[in-house]
Amino acid sequence: MRLELVKRPQQSKLYSALSPFIAFGLTLVAGAFLFAMLGKNPALGLYTYFVEPLTELWSLHELAVKAAPLILIAVGLSVCFVSNNWNIGAEGQFTIGAITGAALPLYFPDAQTIALLPAMLVCGALGGAVYAAIPALLKARFNTNEILTSLMLVYVAQLFLDWLVRGPWRDPAAMSFPQAPAFSSWATLPELFPMSGRANWGIVFALVAALVVWFMLSRTLKGFEIRVIGQSPRAGRFGGFSTARTIVFAFLVSGALAGLAGIAEVSGAIGRLQPQISPGYGFAAIIVAFLGRLNPLGIVAAGFVLALSYLGGEAAQIAVGVTDKTVRAFQGILLFFVLACDTLIHYQIRIVRRAPLSEPASLSTETAHGHG
Amino acid sequence: MKKLLMAMAASAALLTAGGAFAQDKTKACFIYVGPIGDFGWSYQHHQGALEMQEALGGEEKVEIAYLESVPEGADAERAIERFARSGCNIIFTTSFGYMDATNKVAAKFPDVKFEHATGFKREHPNVATYNSKFHEGRYVQGVIAAKMSEAGVAGYIASFPIPEVVMGINAFMLGAQSVDPDFEVKVVWANTWFDPGKEADAAKALIDQGADIITQHTDSTAPMQVAAERGIKAFGQASDMIKFGPETQLTSIIDDWGPYYTERVKAVMDGTWEQHDVWAGMAEGHVVMAPYTNMPDDVKALAEETEAKIKSGEFDPFTGPVKKQDGSEWLAEGEVAEESELLGLNFYVEGVDDELPQ
Amino acid sequence: MGMAEAILLTVATAATPLLIAAIGELVVERSGVLNLGVEGMMLMGAVAGFGAAIMSGSAWIGVFAGLLTGALFSLLFAFLALTLVTNQVATGLALTLLGIGMSGMIGESFVGMPGVKLRVLDLPVISDIPLIGRLLFGQDPFFYISIGLVAGVMWFLFRTRAGLTLRSVGDSHTSAHALGIRVVLIRYCAVMFGGACAGLAGAQLSLVYTTQWIENMTAGRGWIALALVVFASWRPLRVLVGAYLFGAITIMQLHVQAVNMADLVSLPGPLYWLVSVLKSAPSQLLSALPYLATIVVLVIISRNRRLTIMNTPASLGRPFVPDR
Repeated sequence: MRLELVKRPQQSKLYSALSPFIAFGLTLVAGAFLFAMLGKNPALGLYTYFVEPLTELWSLHELAVKAAPLILIAVGLSVCFVSNNWNIGAEGQFTIGAITGAALPLYFPDAQTIALLPAMLVCGALGGAVYAAIPALLKARFNTNEILTSLMLVYVAQLFLDWLVRGPWRDPAAMSFPQAPAFSSWATLPELFPMSGRANWGIVFALVAALVVWFMLSRTLKGFEIRVIGQSPRAGRFGGFSTARTIVFAFLVSGALAGLAGIAEVSGAIGRLQPQISPGYGFAAIIVAFLGRLNPLGIVAAGFVLALSYLGGEAAQIAVGVTDKTVRAFQGILLFFVLACDTLIHYQIRIVRRAPLSEPASLSTETAHGHG
Repeated sequence: MKKLLMAMAASAALLTAGGAFAQDKTKACFIYVGPIGDFGWSYQHHQGALEMQEALGGEEKVEIAYLESVPEGADAERAIERFARSGCNIIFTTSFGYMDATNKVAAKFPDVKFEHATGFKREHPNVATYNSKFHEGRYVQGVIAAKMSEAGVAGYIASFPIPEVVMGINAFMLGAQSVDPDFEVKVVWANTWFDPGKEADAAKALIDQGADIITQHTDSTAPMQVAAERGIKAFGQASDMIKFGPETQLTSIIDDWGPYYTERVKAVMDGTWEQHDVWAGMAEGHVVMAPYTNMPDDVKALAEETEAKIKSGEFDPFTGPVKKQDGSEWLAEGEVAEESELLGLNFYVEGVDDELPQ
Repeated sequence: MGMAEAILLTVATAATPLLIAAIGELVVERSGVLNLGVEGMMLMGAVAGFGAAIMSGSAWIGVFAGLLTGALFSLLFAFLALTLVTNQVATGLALTLLGIGMSGMIGESFVGMPGVKLRVLDLPVISDIPLIGRLLFGQDPFFYISIGLVAGVMWFLFRTRAGLTLRSVGDSHTSAHALGIRVVLIRYCAVMFGGACAGLAGAQLSLVYTTQWIENMTAGRGWIALALVVFASWRPLRVLVGAYLFGAITIMQLHVQAVNMADLVSLPGPLYWLVSVLKSAPSQLLSALPYLATIVVLVIISRNRRLTIMNTPASLGRPFVPDR
């Protein structure tokens, strides 16, 4: 007995809509098993994980705080992934964005104007874009593997930040402790509804970015170019599109959004530069991008789901007594199911009882890499 | 499906009921920066929490809750607020990076007490800060190292150049110099609190460069194991690491938070809690030396004597004359360093063979 | 034991897990599959190896447990990426995530336990030959396994018919399939071999490198192993060189910090100057050196386009669905 895939003549509309839900449902089942194996009440576990954080207003604010950077980064990554560029280094671009954005108030402490914050956001986005341009140019020019260069640059960015906040940018008032001076109110990203919680403008940026990128990908020539290049670089070249240009464009967009997420995070939720500014948003956003099926609107939903899993993981630590490692395991399982269910969109799955005759097939299907 | 929903509702009801019960007890909550199984910093805080619960009458009287591996970014504020909302009476935030978040949440919950470890900010009357004088133990280690080392060289694996670590290196150096004025300390900055592989590599590098005593201000037990393999002696960090080097560990500086946590939670129970800033050491039992092992009796006696002197307040590790690394005078004969100066320390004393990262 | 010898031994210990994991991934990629889950598989191998060793009391059982766990864990990837033809990059990342989470959960009770150390080889007389004795005849078994793996993989890939078949699957799965080669089956085997190697590398970490279990103890070594494969442009011998180069840079930056400049006056001028520059550099820069060096080398390697294209498995990372 074995599984056999038959390519559908066209993508299944039904499964396109259903697959994320099937995947989520399967994750719940797997989660229930996981809790049962750990000797915990599965119902209580799932409730605290996925429902409890939604029952209170402040917790919804926290959900927005957590989802904003995930969505911003993942939306940018979707442009990369659709065009078949594997930017794994969003975490580094996030970090550099935070640094370049925060440089403004640090070097111009007297600039107490309304223009300061927008300038910081622009600088952050630019910083992220420039940092992302490194692996992009190396790939476009020298064909250097972007997965590895972008990843190595993450470590470099984190060490650079570490050096800055322990050295030249250290707050003189902080007793030699590693942190930069706190941002003034002019340099702080305002909260949306300060009365009920601390959600800030970051989530608005995320939603706007998702809409803009969605429009760009699905309704413009540039978007068409990106998708064609991603599915088949050869076809793209026949169409007169430049692969190198697309590589650089995708990385710039994705770096800029990651950089914006970085400066929004330090200026909004944290309030200053410090050695640790991200609990791995750049990596988690990769899951978000795939969970949202590389569609910016889907990514918005996916970002909230993943943010929920973090909040729920925390709640479950207290209420159920499971370790924080279950969060990672859950996220891995979720991504597995999402990927597996996506197969249903492109293929029909048949179970074949006996092995096929060993005659060589005269034809085989080769699809382009990436499910665009 | 219906059954599942019902079960969920039932569990939720149970949950709220559990919350109502908690009113009779005092609830103490802890935020840890690492996993409680790190066998170093977070582990010791958790041990302190358990000791406190035991000392104050067990689960009947004190409920404890904790979150481990809470990142020092935007997540810290949420974690602290979650505790504040869930009915905690007192919340201990046990890493420097939680400073802003602790003060921010404290402003919103004036009835909850907050205790922040290793920080200096107390913006609200319900925030206290606490820390321990680990450097007192480092001085004793320095004395032992100078006695035990044949090469006259100790290797020091440091994490990050913050005052506490710099203080530790200086105290170790001064302790060693009190026995052997020419003693050498080699420092390697690992740029991590916790990476066993890297700490092991650092220990090997130091040993290969001639150090025959290893001490660490990082949290894993890897350097102890490397020292054991190479057949030299080493000091443990944060907890008693004798298991990892039965024939290697000379002693270890144990962070004992139990007495402090007991005192503070008891104060909450009695309604006598007040804001303060505590920096306590051996005298108060916050810094404890693990048994002196693997050393001759005369060294042991000297170590015990030094410990006793520090404990009784007769002697302070930072007592002049002490020169700075560049040879200029820091402390005059008999002068004792100001606590405020130590807490912002960013220079070495004379004799340390390293350039302090600035 | 002289200082040079001691340093080389340290470098060997640091390079061995990278080498073992990378040589496994090399075979996987030669078959046309990109498995980014190395970090996760290494962690599973590390926790299984540690656990089996303390429960049985035998480090060798730990070695086999690590190997087996890595291979089994990689099956998860194989089923998704090969049978269900999911995106390989994303599936590999999912495997890493799951590996980090699961190993942490499994290993919770092992934390803080001193483990069982795998003994080093100690031959009478021979191991005591100055300079080369310890280096060649006095190391832990993983060292010999890693060298054996390099030789074995070289022989297999370039000297056997099966190796030729594997490479042809990696170069063009369509033509291989047309010739009647069972592409998916071969790739399953390759992925499992890679998983076994990653598991073995993980076991080295928890049984030799640092004899303990700590969550996330690989600390990014799986990713370095992946970089090494590209660095080596898919040639086994270059993986060996790359792993030792990376190990050497990692260790040297620690030595630079610890060294006393006065002991180095006998060094040639430029070298002395280099060490003194590095010594006064921020330690963060030193920590970043291995990563920066990796980027530079990747660029240098990939600049030579002809060489890269010649060695890169042409079907790398592409999904394959047999038509029937």
